[in-house]
Amino acid sequence: MIRVLALLLMLLPALPGVALAVQPDEVLSNPVLEERAREISKGLRCPVCQNESIDESHANVARDLRLMVRERLVEGDTDAQVVDFVVARYGEYVLFQPTATGANWLLYAAGPLMLLTALGLGFVYLRGRSDAVAPQEAALSDDEAARLREIMRD
Amino acid sequence: MITEFGHFALLLAFLVAIVQTVVPLVGAHKRWPSWMAVAEPAANIQFLLTAFAFAALMWAFVTSDFSLRLVVLNSHSAKPMLYKISGTWGNHEGSMLLWVLIVTLFGAMAAWFGGNLPPTLRARVLAVQAAIGVAFFAFIIFTSNPFLRMAVPPFDGQDLNPLLQDPGLAFHPPFLYLGYVGLSMAFSFAVAALIEGRVDAAWGRWVRPWTLAAWVFLTIGIALGSWWAYYELGWGGFWFWDPVENASFMPWLLAAALLHSAIVVEKRESLKSWTILLAILAFGFSLIGTFIVRSGLLTSVHAFANDPERGVFILMIMAFFMGGALILFALRAGAMEAKGVFSLVSRESALLANNLLLAVSCFVVFVGTMWPLVAEMFFDRKLSVGPPFFNMAFTPFMILLGLILPIGSAMPWKRARVMRTARPLRYVFILALAIGGLAWTMQTGRSLIGPVGMFLAAWVVMGTVIDLIQRAGRGPERWGRLLRLPRADWGKMVAHAGLGFTMMGVAGLTAWKQEDIRVAQIGEPFSVGSYTLTLNDVRQVEGPNYLSTMGFVTLSQNGREIAQLTPEKRIYPVAQMPTTEAAIDYDLARDVYVVIGDAQAQGGWAVRTYIKPLTNWIWIGSGLMALGGLLSLSDRRFRVAAGARKSPQGVPAE
Repeated sequence: MIRVLALLLMLLPALPGVALAVQPDEVLSNPVLEERAREISKGLRCPVCQNESIDESHANVARDLRLMVRERLVEGDTDAQVVDFVVARYGEYVLFQPTATGANWLLYAAGPLMLLTALGLGFVYLRGRSDAVAPQEAALSDDEAARLREIMRD
Repeated sequence: MITEFGHFALLLAFLVAIVQTVVPLVGAHKRWPSWMAVAEPAANIQFLLTAFAFAALMWAFVTSDFSLRLVVLNSHSAKPMLYKISGTWGNHEGSMLLWVLIVTLFGAMAAWFGGNLPPTLRARVLAVQAAIGVAFFAFIIFTSNPFLRMAVPPFDGQDLNPLLQDPGLAFHPPFLYLGYVGLSMAFSFAVAALIEGRVDAAWGRWVRPWTLAAWVFLTIGIALGSWWAYYELGWGGFWFWDPVENASFMPWLLAAALLHSAIVVEKRESLKSWTILLAILAFGFSLIGTFIVRSGLLTSVHAFANDPERGVFILMIMAFFMGGALILFALRAGAMEAKGVFSLVSRESALLANNLLLAVSCFVVFVGTMWPLVAEMFFDRKLSVGPPFFNMAFTPFMILLGLILPIGSAMPWKRARVMRTARPLRYVFILALAIGGLAWTMQTGRSLIGPVGMFLAAWVVMGTVIDLIQRAGRGPERWGRLLRLPRADWGKMVAHAGLGFTMMGVAGLTAWKQEDIRVAQIGEPFSVGSYTLTLNDVRQVEGPNYLSTMGFVTLSQNGREIAQLTPEKRIYPVAQMPTTEAAIDYDLARDVYVVIGDAQAQGGWAVRTYIKPLTNWIWIGSGLMALGGLLSLSDRRFRVAAGARKSPQGVPAE
């Protein structure tokens, strides 16, 4: 058993490192560019992972994408150009914030529209309530009165 | 043998559930007391049988019975005992059994504490609850039976996913299910009331404790999950807007809305049909959550391996219960007339505003979660909706909610005057603005999240405290009166303050976290922010069922040592899976979070360090929210309602 463990330990570096997404050797020396790279990376989805950005992922393709983003930045691209560059290669699937194009306006409008509708309905309801006349309460029956006394004693 | 008994008990429970669905429902309709009386013992028997089945499965896990397929796939003889136990629900089949166990537990509790309900209502509530049980028993027995045997038992199992071998996560699912399933009680009450055709203040009072309990459990469950993600996944995020997280968050939002609207039903006999609808939808979102997790339709880190057959089955369950309840709602909701009269500015309307914000924010999360599916099916676009979208679309609702909370909760019923309500809060408002401004001047970046978050947190926390003090009135005895205020008032204050603290934590962490990535040489100190870290040593350590690469890091500030940290990188040989164990120095003001990476070819180790301000307040706040819920749950009016069993029997519920 010990020998197996030792063998496994030697194999350790060959296994995917889960600890770090951005490796120290990827970090750009220019802190401004690096900061921009991080921001862009956080909005790009790792194509092979489940709901992880390339900034968080330890998959190889995520590392390639991070390097690609940094390469473009060093060559002087704007943030938008870098994102377009990646989207042109991997499709809009990699965008965590979908563009508001085509049918996507529904996604963006859904919340505000629903809020307006809800406010409208709520307002109509409140108007109705403030104009309503309170219904006459029926007096307690003998049984109910007895029960009330019992509860109040508790 | 025990396994077979467990299997048999599960089948028996299924049959009992069918009886409990049919007989009391017929009895309530025909007013036959003997038929209605079947519900209570049936609920108890159903619970005991399911509990036995669950215990039998747990026994198989604890004794590592590898003749059981489920145990082979999810356990290992070398696994620590805690994880053998939690392994029972750390998989699809076992977790469904836990789910249905909780359905029956709530059914039995409704039978125990429901002594004061009108007999027909009680019979119908228990019958609807049993119908939910029937659906899920059928689901387990026909698609996900946990008691299947292996033809040839292997010597050892394939181990539980190592990420799940963690104390935080061991108890995350049970709490979450208690919350999800607790909402089934609100659903049963809503459907029973619709059948009954009657919703009154008493109904509001009966349904509120169940909703409150479900919400408390959901809060704890979600907080545990988020805390786990924070320390286990290795980069210190606490919320990822993952489909499965959203699946638990949507019922939480609706349950929070339901809690508040049930108050209006209870105190003012208004918002009745809306409250019924919320109760139906809240459970509906629990079912949607189950569907999302089990169907694999929206893949995510949490999802169990799954197949479409199960997804279709859950979809059918969902269609049946939601469709049935909503049709019933459409037929009967008109009969529910509101009684209370109140003006546009009143506590009723403040609670309505709370409901609108919570429900619409839930809708936003729902649309965002389902959009990739919709876009692919109808517009042939493969796209993602991730954290940036949700942060942008969801945060404004929480800001609005925080803004109106202190004023709304201080308003009187029926008719309020904004100026009069706001007057005692004016100093608090100015102080909160000053705190926000201070945060603004002290930070270096230009992000608004930090200052706005600090302002809102201060406003909510101090505002709710002032409200409570106001409630005690004036004069020298006010402090004594303060202590004797109803627990519901205290619960409200604690829970609302908890929300404020959570907002503070989220804003602080999001706005001001610092990160440092570097190759650390052994023995060479490096500084991050105002802290100095030294990687003293890296050693290989052997754990019970894993191997670990452990770094030894000294954390110090101004030359004074604060802590020794041991970040780890583990490998679980059986599951062939690496995990990170971040080392965290916890503090109320900030966490220092250290992760160790790979050894570098040129010597040294990759080390990532984060300083995460105010992070712990996220979970302290969540804990306070849960505590507030519990305080409110223990309020006298619920205890009286629960304890008053001596109600005259046979009173016709008209």
